[in-house]
Amino acid sequence: MPAIRFLLKKWFYVLLLVLAMALPFLITNRYYFQIVIMGCLFSITTLSLNLILGYTGQASLAHAGFFGIGAYGVALMTKSGISFWLALPLSALFAALIGFLIGLPTLRTRGSYFAIATLCFGVIVSIVAGSWIEFTGGYTGLVGVPHPTPLPLPIIGVIGFETQTAQYYLVLAFLLLTLLVMHRLVYSLLGLSFMAIRNNEALAEAVGVNTFAGKILSFVVANFFAGLAGGIYASLVGSISPSTASIDLTFSWLVYLLLGGAATLAGPIIGAFVIPVIMEYLQFLQEYRLIIFGALLIAVIIYFPRGLMGGFSTLQQRVREFYGQRRGVKHAVRS
Amino acid sequence: MLLEVKNLSKHFAGLAALHNVSLQIREGEVLAIVGPNGAGKSVLFNLINGMLRPTSGKIHFLGEDIAGLKPHLIARRGIARTFQTTALFDQLRVVDNLAIGYRLRNTHGFWSTIFHSRDWKEDRARTTANVMETLDFIGLAEKAFHPVSSLSQAEQKRLSIGVALISQPKIILLDEPTGGLILEDTDEITDLIKKIYKVAGITICLIEHKMRMVMDLAHRIIVLNFGSMIAEGSPEEISKNPEVIEAYLGAEYLA
Repeated sequence: MPAIRFLLKKWFYVLLLVLAMALPFLITNRYYFQIVIMGCLFSITTLSLNLILGYTGQASLAHAGFFGIGAYGVALMTKSGISFWLALPLSALFAALIGFLIGLPTLRTRGSYFAIATLCFGVIVSIVAGSWIEFTGGYTGLVGVPHPTPLPLPIIGVIGFETQTAQYYLVLAFLLLTLLVMHRLVYSLLGLSFMAIRNNEALAEAVGVNTFAGKILSFVVANFFAGLAGGIYASLVGSISPSTASIDLTFSWLVYLLLGGAATLAGPIIGAFVIPVIMEYLQFLQEYRLIIFGALLIAVIIYFPRGLMGGFSTLQQRVREFYGQRRGVKHAVRS
Repeated sequence: MLLEVKNLSKHFAGLAALHNVSLQIREGEVLAIVGPNGAGKSVLFNLINGMLRPTSGKIHFLGEDIAGLKPHLIARRGIARTFQTTALFDQLRVVDNLAIGYRLRNTHGFWSTIFHSRDWKEDRARTTANVMETLDFIGLAEKAFHPVSSLSQAEQKRLSIGVALISQPKIILLDEPTGGLILEDTDEITDLIKKIYKVAGITICLIEHKMRMVMDLAHRIIVLNFGSMIAEGSPEEISKNPEVIEAYLGAEYLA
């Protein structure tokens, strides 16, 4: 039975999924559960930041800007009566489109110049959100954003999103979708060409990879998911303000990514869950906890340039080399 | 005529790195470009593959002008190259490097990747087959899943030739394929290059300093010095040309 063989081979992931599905019954504290929901949401943003930064090697610091675009898109549309299920994809597509337009000039720059250019764009988004009062509500932001429109499903019936449990499953579904798309992209020949751009752009170009098109594609997909997460955020939290697009958020995700492990799929998720939890436990240190994070970040970048997951896979590789394990050429190319 | 360079010049802030060079590369031959350091050999390669734009002159490939095109477009037309300082994707494995080299033969796009559509599956099967074949051809099947950083210098040189070879180009430009290698490894690379033009039937243009190897391999030799072409001919003619001996080895060898 192929289904059983699949379950046996991927038992760890199946277990994780079952655990994730059962989580609402395991965590009863509303406050902790809210942290879990935000963990899922920020896993989406960190995973998408990972695509452009971790895999393609372009340090975009505009990520919260695109998150904000998605958030304002959904807030404005749903407040004017459009269904969440139409507003969400439209807002994500709009973020992707803006990403494309911003990418055209900025992706011609390299390294720190690209980081600075995108940083500027991120700041501009939150300034616009704060100043365009008639449209965005200025610095007070938009309040009373409706929860996601109830979803009529066959068999199950209509699902509302007023309860925390339903909201959690909504975010989890989008996290799984993001993970699926990232998995397909990363373990593909297209993903290899992203990594080729990161590793040696001149060589990638010389062997026939259209590096500019590759960077644009990666940037657009990353910003689509940033916008998607922003849209869900607006609808779940119910109020947004220019701080929804602030550069502080980008840097939080950057820390999740770098500590969790850039250019891995598990790293961003681990980072997005573990670091907020550590932050909670370090509440008593108040602002001094940021010093700890600063030191931790420096240590990780020096000793584990690929974060927790990178350190883990290096260890795994050492063990494998030690036992001289070799797989057949059949698996030559990443599927 | 496979590739034709006409009155090609490249000036860097007034300094002529290459001055008024014209040459032809015929289909199926091995053409060696020799000359002292700074003669403009690598600049010539960078102009042909599009990494540099010529100041003036024309580059015709299969009758079409390709001067000034982007490198990935030139690669797609069938011009592959290797670099003097061995350039590989050193964060990735051997098989990944070869698969990237074959990317320009892939036709599937983003949506095919997301939905694993049929053209994606076909491309993957074709890539796998070509990677396996190339691994055997360059003799690295044993190291297929090793990270590039664990390969020896000679293996890296072979892999970089493999990355250029796998896309089945019409011509490969090899920039010092044996630079920094010991004698035994040099012979292995020489054999590999012979195999490329004899078995795979790909035209080769190489830059090389090791004259013994050039004399053994090349059908024709072009000599550059200070950005200008000073001689062209068969290995015998070149080895007897006094101007070449003076430029390359110094005047005292003439005696």
